[in-house]
Amino acid sequence: MIAFIIRRLLQSLLVMGTVAFIAFSLFNFVGDPVNNMVGQEATEAEREYIRQLLGLDQPFYIQFMRFVGNVLQGDFGQSYRLGQPVLNVLGDRVPATLELVFVAAVMALVIGVPMGVYTGLKRYAISSKLMLTISLIGVSLPTFVIGIMLILVFSVWLNWLPSFGRGQTVNVGWDSNLFSLEGWKSMIMPAITLCLFQLTLVMRLVRAEMLEVLRTDYVKFARARGLSNRAVHFGHALKNTLMPVITITGLQVGGLIAFAIITETVFQWPGMGLLFLQAIQFVDIPVMATYLLLVALVFVIINLIVDMTYYFVDPRLRTEGKGGGH
Amino acid sequence: MADPLLKVENLRIEFPTRRGTLVAVDDISLHINKGEVLGVVGESGAGKSLTGASIIGLLEPPGRIAAGQILLDGKRIDNLPYEKMRQIRGREIGAIFQDPLTSLNPLYSVGFQLIETIQTHLPMDKQQARQRAIDLLAEVGIPAPERRIDHYPHQFSGGMRQRVVIALALCANPKLIIADEPTTALDVSIQAQIIALLKRLCRDHGTAVMLVTHDMGVIAETADRVAVMYAGRIAEIGPVKEVIKDGKHPYTHGLMGSIPILGHDTEKLTQIEGAMPRLTDIPTGCAYNPRCPKVFDRCYRDRPDLLDAGTTRAACWLYDDDAKAAAAVTGETAHV
Ligand SMILES: Nc1ncnc2c1ncn2[C@@H]1O[C@H](COP(=O)(O)OP(=O)(O)OP(=O)(O)O)[C@@H](O)[C@H]1O
Ligand code: SF4
Ligand SMILES: [Mg+2]
Repeated sequence: MIAFIIRRLLQSLLVMGTVAFIAFSLFNFVGDPVNNMVGQEATEAEREYIRQLLGLDQPFYIQFMRFVGNVLQGDFGQSYRLGQPVLNVLGDRVPATLELVFVAAVMALVIGVPMGVYTGLKRYAISSKLMLTISLIGVSLPTFVIGIMLILVFSVWLNWLPSFGRGQTVNVGWDSNLFSLEGWKSMIMPAITLCLFQLTLVMRLVRAEMLEVLRTDYVKFARARGLSNRAVHFGHALKNTLMPVITITGLQVGGLIAFAIITETVFQWPGMGLLFLQAIQFVDIPVMATYLLLVALVFVIINLIVDMTYYFVDPRLRTEGKGGGH
Repeated sequence: MADPLLKVENLRIEFPTRRGTLVAVDDISLHINKGEVLGVVGESGAGKSLTGASIIGLLEPPGRIAAGQILLDGKRIDNLPYEKMRQIRGREIGAIFQDPLTSLNPLYSVGFQLIETIQTHLPMDKQQARQRAIDLLAEVGIPAPERRIDHYPHQFSGGMRQRVVIALALCANPKLIIADEPTTALDVSIQAQIIALLKRLCRDHGTAVMLVTHDMGVIAETADRVAVMYAGRIAEIGPVKEVIKDGKHPYTHGLMGSIPILGHDTEKLTQIEGAMPRLTDIPTGCAYNPRCPKVFDRCYRDRPDLLDAGTTRAACWLYDDDAKAAAAVTGETAHV
């Protein structure tokens, strides 16, 4: 187990290095940051000076090596746009996005799994068909449309919820929305908007898996042994649907971070996604690079958690090699 | 004679489809006495598994029992509500299915699966149930059961897994076990062991068995009586010796043409000319008439029911004395 984790950590470093490298090779095509930093009337000499100062005259792999070298010393550079250390800029933003993504992921699971189980078990019920139809609409509406509709109804018409921003936060080591009613009021609409697609995905996946598992011999045999429906459905069937659900949940956290860019824009949520969009416009290379590294880190951590969960759910992975045979 | 343990009367199983209703099992009647082994043989698609599934109440929709009844100890069980029937499954009637490799849930230890079954049916606490599980594993011949009980299915070989499956079927000491081709999926060298085990256990516990198989050798060694099924009906039913040595129905003759020795060459079973008709085009009259070497004209008109044929009962007009006469008469009129 320990060896497994160490091996995975080493692989993770490789993944993150690769992500950073590819990112840097692409930054050259985004535009010239110097244009944004100096006025129209700056001379070519002034531009050249700044370029040299930032090391932008070097080929991208040299820039990359320098970035990696600095990162290893804990220095992520200065934002070109804001003139502050990247860590300070991102510092407030990371928890905002991670909280949003976390709440959305939990909602997708807590609502999606039971709905999937229900529609799988009650395949022919009207309520199941209704849920599936509604979920189809949920998938096909673009995120920003849902967000704007929510704002229209709950902020503009009913005036129940704030239409943008994080509102009041409570400092619990970081600024958090999770520990006050005001925080939740700001959080709820962006979280719903963000989770909707994922929720329908989880529901449909669990449903499909349930239908599959209910057809297996071991479920038939469990019924033939006279076990209660509860034991058959939740003990035997649901547990066997978990593996793919874990996999998809892991992947979808990545998807949520990506989708968060849109949601954050709609709700003016001060997270990393919004920052990243602004950074692209300004060709703010240190911010973009750090953002991508962070996202890669989250992916890597989640994959690790997914693999370890497999290990606990499936005995076939645990007992490899020491099986008794006959 | 005492009342039979299980009685199936005029059972009819239908599948509603877009192109009309398929009758997969048509008017089957049979009984099984306490502690008796009834073998059920017949070609693929004859309706053996469906009959078994309807007895334990696990016919899968859209399949349904359209007529007839099933009685256990004289009480109807085919129309019980789900929860009542659930309590009978495993407790009164156990089941063993075709494939032992997939009958066990891979995510739970065999001990867990045994204990949950025992506790479902018997008033035992965890400790007692575990002890019973270990005893059962020992009884089905699993070495070091105290250790093996905590192992997972993938840690057992195919033969060992089928032993676990048998232990699971025996958890609550049912009166009847439906064993649907319990050895088909196993290695030939293990099949005989498993059949011997099943036979011994059921004799020791006084458990009756409905043993579905393609293997006439297994039937010859294990069964007390045998039912031969053809195209959803019983072609012949009777004591195993008589049916095997002196089958009355022409189809039984065909089947017995080459009885393989247990564990050898089971292929030869279906070496009768032609194939069993599909459910959608069962011929009028006797369903066997396209393949029957003894066919005569009445066979094309009327469908035979089970008739007394000496030591067995056979669904064949050859054993209907009046019909013979009638056939002769129609034969004459045809010439005129
Ligand atoms: N869901 C279904 N829809 C329509 N017909 C079905 C369905 N299930 C089974 N049948 C039909 O019922 C008939 C009997 O099936 P059954 O499984 O009882 O056969 P069997 O005698 O057990 O054969 P085998 O030796 O292959 O196991 C088959 O001809 C099959 O085509
Ligand atoms: S009824 Fe006729 S066709 Fe059918 S088995 Fe008897 S002889 Fe053959
Ligand atoms: Mg079958």
